[in-house]
Amino acid sequence: MIRNNYIGLLFLSVVMAVIPLFISNVYYLSILIFIGIYSLITIGLSLLMGYAGQISLGHAAFFGLGAYASGILTTRLNIAPIPAAIVACLFTGLVAFLIAVPTLRLRGHYLAMATLGFGQIIYVVFNAWIKLTGGPSGFGDIPRIRLAGICFDSDFKYFYLVWSVVLVGFLLAIHIVHSRIGRALRALHSSEEAAGTLGINTSRYKIEIFVVSTMYASIAGSLYAHFVTFLSPESFGISFSILLVTMVVFGGRFSVWGAILGAAVLFSLPEYLRVARDYDVLIYGVVLLLVVMFLPGGLAGWLDGMARRISLLFISRAPKRMKC
Amino acid sequence: MTLGSQILQYVISGISVGSIYALVALGFNIIYNTTGIINFAQGEFVMLGGMIAASLVGIFSVPLPVAFLLAVLIVTAAGALFERLAIQPLKNPSVLVLIIITIAGSILFKGIAMFIWGKQTYFLRSFSGDIPINIFGATVLPQTIWILGITAVVVVLLNVFFNFTLIGKAMRAVSSNRMAASLVGINVKKMVLFSFALSAAIGAVGGVIITPIALMDYERGAMLALKGFAAAVLGGIGNFHGAIVAGLLLGVLEALGSGLISSHYKDALALMILLLVLFLKPSGMFGSAQVSKLKEF
Repeated sequence: MIRNNYIGLLFLSVVMAVIPLFISNVYYLSILIFIGIYSLITIGLSLLMGYAGQISLGHAAFFGLGAYASGILTTRLNIAPIPAAIVACLFTGLVAFLIAVPTLRLRGHYLAMATLGFGQIIYVVFNAWIKLTGGPSGFGDIPRIRLAGICFDSDFKYFYLVWSVVLVGFLLAIHIVHSRIGRALRALHSSEEAAGTLGINTSRYKIEIFVVSTMYASIAGSLYAHFVTFLSPESFGISFSILLVTMVVFGGRFSVWGAILGAAVLFSLPEYLRVARDYDVLIYGVVLLLVVMFLPGGLAGWLDGMARRISLLFISRAPKRMKC
Repeated sequence: MTLGSQILQYVISGISVGSIYALVALGFNIIYNTTGIINFAQGEFVMLGGMIAASLVGIFSVPLPVAFLLAVLIVTAAGALFERLAIQPLKNPSVLVLIIITIAGSILFKGIAMFIWGKQTYFLRSFSGDIPINIFGATVLPQTIWILGITAVVVVLLNVFFNFTLIGKAMRAVSSNRMAASLVGINVKKMVLFSFALSAAIGAVGGVIITPIALMDYERGAMLALKGFAAAVLGGIGNFHGAIVAGLLLGVLEALGSGLISSHYKDALALMILLLVLFLKPSGMFGSAQVSKLKEF
């Protein structure tokens, strides 16, 4: 299972390495950069939703915390982008930890409510703390990332930076899924009591995975800040949190691959279809409802099923695999 | 204006907004009690109620009482339809799936509203004029009195419904024990359907009565749901009287906070209270810790 993932990852790396060589249009390149940034958030969120069975309705806020912390540290305090991103990431993780400890100790889905409320609070703070955040009109002039003498000032260079981070994040996610924590999380998802009786410290694992998933969002936020170089609150509201959940569910919440698929399809859809731009809310609603009802494994689950059926045609005596 | 009458003014406006939070919280509780679901689409029922009434009166010149009734009926049907099409077909859904489904429902309702009404803000005229009444130096709009009166009527009717009618009692039975309720011949599926319809109706009432004061647009639902949810949690989720007290309390605190401290953070206050309650006493002001331990959610 993990070997298949490595092969897939290698394939993805090669594809991503050569794609920019064939794209001359900067616009398409920037779309791919955004897909990379959003994939990073959805990978983290899919760890939480698919493996820990919890849901965060405030991931836009953690994404925003990363972005604003990076932006503020680099413009106000003149800290270099990389250390700033690390500080932002640790700060976001700490905030997430403080939210997770009281809510994840409880059984059930209080985390959903707490993150929803927290997301809205952060959104209000971004708007209201004008001295620090520039309020509703935001702030700009965020510097580009400079690393080992290279300034990532073109979309071409930034593409490689973002997708390198995504691939590292992906690798890390696969390892988490296939580690002891990952197995414990899956056990927890199917039955919290059973997992508990087997000596799995359920709340600790849930807290850890939640913190990790917000750190993914924070790193994505830092990458976003140094790419767009301008931040304003409306990119970080509730509707974006919901869109992230939609991406994960649509792509397939039981697979890290689904996270990338969901981000790629749902982000690029409004870019290509005008109808999708005007009625995006309606379309996301329909997509989310239909996928949850009829395609619980999402796009990745569906593709997986198709691939399995096709391979069965060729290898007639293939052993039946367990559904998961 | 003296500080005293100023505070009275804030309290009065807080109570009228708080009534809506209370109605939303009641809607949350009704569905939660029969199904264990937190219905994230609850705020959209309020939005739809307001939008439908506003356009019936404003565009089609329907008399206000008729528009009120029609708005509530249409939203009730929408709530029932949502349950029938999206919730009922699920077999043994996990709580996570239910959360996602109701979120999907809320985006869907919001999208449909945007499709029908666009992004403009809609206005509904007050029920009986706009000449303010003076009470101890504070001005009270007649609409405020309508809001309080209608909320009170809804609460009384709900009490009668749950205590003295067969369906109401059956719904309470389902909420206390699903299995036992179905063993004594109660059609649990039907009760779940009723609970969605009833919640939608209550939400719609809230939407119609608040629109003359607060106006309405397609995006309003999410925030109303959040604050109503904060009220439901503060009052102890599932607790009816807690929801009413907490809703009014939140409205008043919000009005006082934004009037006396800073209006920038108005929308954050209720949510900070929500977080505090979740952290410190998740069973809410009136909920018992033991009961909340047994709840699935």
